[in-house]
Amino acid sequence: MADYQLEEIPVGPYRHLVSERAISGETMLLNMGPQHPSTHGVLRLLLELDGEVIINCIPDIGYLHTGIEKNMEAKTFIKAEVMCDRLDYMNPLGNNLAYCLAVEKLVELDVPPRAQALRVILVELQRIASHLVWLGTFGLDLAAMSVFLYCFRERERILDIFEMVSGQRMMTTYIRPGGLWRDVPVEFEAAVRKIMQIMPARIDEYEALLTKNPLLLDRTTKIGLLSKEIALSYGVTGPMLRASGVDWDLRKARPYMGYEQYDFRVPTREEGDTLARYYVRVQEMRESLKIIEQALAKLPMGPVQSNNRKFVPPPRSELGTSMEALIHHFKLWTEGFVAPRASVYSAVESPRGELGVYLEGDGGPKPYRVFWRTPSFDNLAVISVITKGHLVADLIAILASVDIVLGDIDR
Amino acid sequence: MDNRLDKIVQVLREQAGATFEESRGEVHVFINPPQIADVLSFLRDQHEFSLLSALTAVDYWPQENPRFHVIYQLTSLTQNLSIQLRIPVNAAQLKVPTATGVFAMANWREREVMDMFGIEFEGHPDPRRILMPPDWEGHPLRKDYPLGYEEPQFTFNFEEIDVRKPYAKE
Repeated sequence: MADYQLEEIPVGPYRHLVSERAISGETMLLNMGPQHPSTHGVLRLLLELDGEVIINCIPDIGYLHTGIEKNMEAKTFIKAEVMCDRLDYMNPLGNNLAYCLAVEKLVELDVPPRAQALRVILVELQRIASHLVWLGTFGLDLAAMSVFLYCFRERERILDIFEMVSGQRMMTTYIRPGGLWRDVPVEFEAAVRKIMQIMPARIDEYEALLTKNPLLLDRTTKIGLLSKEIALSYGVTGPMLRASGVDWDLRKARPYMGYEQYDFRVPTREEGDTLARYYVRVQEMRESLKIIEQALAKLPMGPVQSNNRKFVPPPRSELGTSMEALIHHFKLWTEGFVAPRASVYSAVESPRGELGVYLEGDGGPKPYRVFWRTPSFDNLAVISVITKGHLVADLIAILASVDIVLGDIDR
Repeated sequence: MDNRLDKIVQVLREQAGATFEESRGEVHVFINPPQIADVLSFLRDQHEFSLLSALTAVDYWPQENPRFHVIYQLTSLTQNLSIQLRIPVNAAQLKVPTATGVFAMANWREREVMDMFGIEFEGHPDPRRILMPPDWEGHPLRKDYPLGYEEPQFTFNFEEIDVRKPYAKE
């Protein structure tokens, strides 16, 4: 170790991004990540520091790039769906929904009402689970360890429900084009009701630990101010945009899956700081509970899959008795269904913002082009603006409040 | 088509020589590459399309003319409208003017298109690769770029693969 030397970061590729003072050595270039516990994954930040004040923050992404878009182009529409669980691993059901809505729009397929209501329940449960992880890690980054443990306790209950319905805790692939994989088991309703029963008190508990905690308030008030104009220009969406005072939620503005029947509020704040983002997300969990409650109360009976056999495989029971069902089964699982030569863009509100899918068909059984407009990507880009002039410790709080998922960014 | 969108499309047709098509409730407007920044700022300033939702590209290889479409998905929050702009890009001239001056969001998304498709955005303030490593060769989302796989090394082909297998140095 004696002759080990610290390697200097070559400034060449970043020459146009750092100030003149970095070249003369007046300010310091510091590498944060890609393996840093507070960057929530493999994110590298190149910081230009004057003492402890951030002059420039240059994010460097792509460490988790796995070519999901390219891989999806090589698979049939049904098989490509498993790739999308791996995008935003905090929100796999939301990704499934975004993909299925795009496919259904492309091939013009209808979804029965029961499947729609179940999709809403599952996606809202997923939103709560995702916000719980966010809340836990947000607390952890601000040195509140116990919140993390409490949040993961409740999240585990929600993941148990996903395991009950799909067999998997995270990579569910439960929502399929035309409906769901299969109907939920009989224990489902009771398990969801149990969560509905305990969650409000648990959210109060988190709030009791955090909302008036002076340490949290000190570290988040007026930190990372994001104005409405900058947020829109950078394409920031979701809770971050709503914390900056823009009332824009795709569930309200462009209801899909029957969101228009549910009565819920879209929480917004005017401040645009880290604390506002915290408030918005905590309130969103309560609103999600309301939606689940209403959807569960009037959950219709009936099939959970479209009966259009050209796109949805027939039930197993039919295969032994119907030749036609056997043919459809065989065709769907070997060749897959064919999509017309057209393109669609469809977006849903994921826990992080607008999750859009651009899907193009070329008349064959594989998607010609899939583009994921992932919300974390655009939300992260704004970080170089909102961290300017803050301390390094504030960067941790700001980064936590953005709620990035690297799988979502790097795809 | 929505009346408000209809008016916008008419203006674009007269002033920018745009063509349009409608499919599945979406409006796609085709415009020429040099006009993109003007059209975007026209839509943002005069028709309240304040959010550039998505910016991406599609490769139509082996078709050369146009080889790519660059796609801009715009959203108006106040009117709750969407419009899609598409720019055909020919294989002979892979250049599009940048939109970073109008929407800051275009900065990273244009870098992504540049990285994945090799389309150059003229006047981009930070033209580096974003997802792939800086020394990567080729543009992965092009249709003539193979998906790629690694050949399994067995006893019978061990030597053959070993010769051309890249090992990490030190």
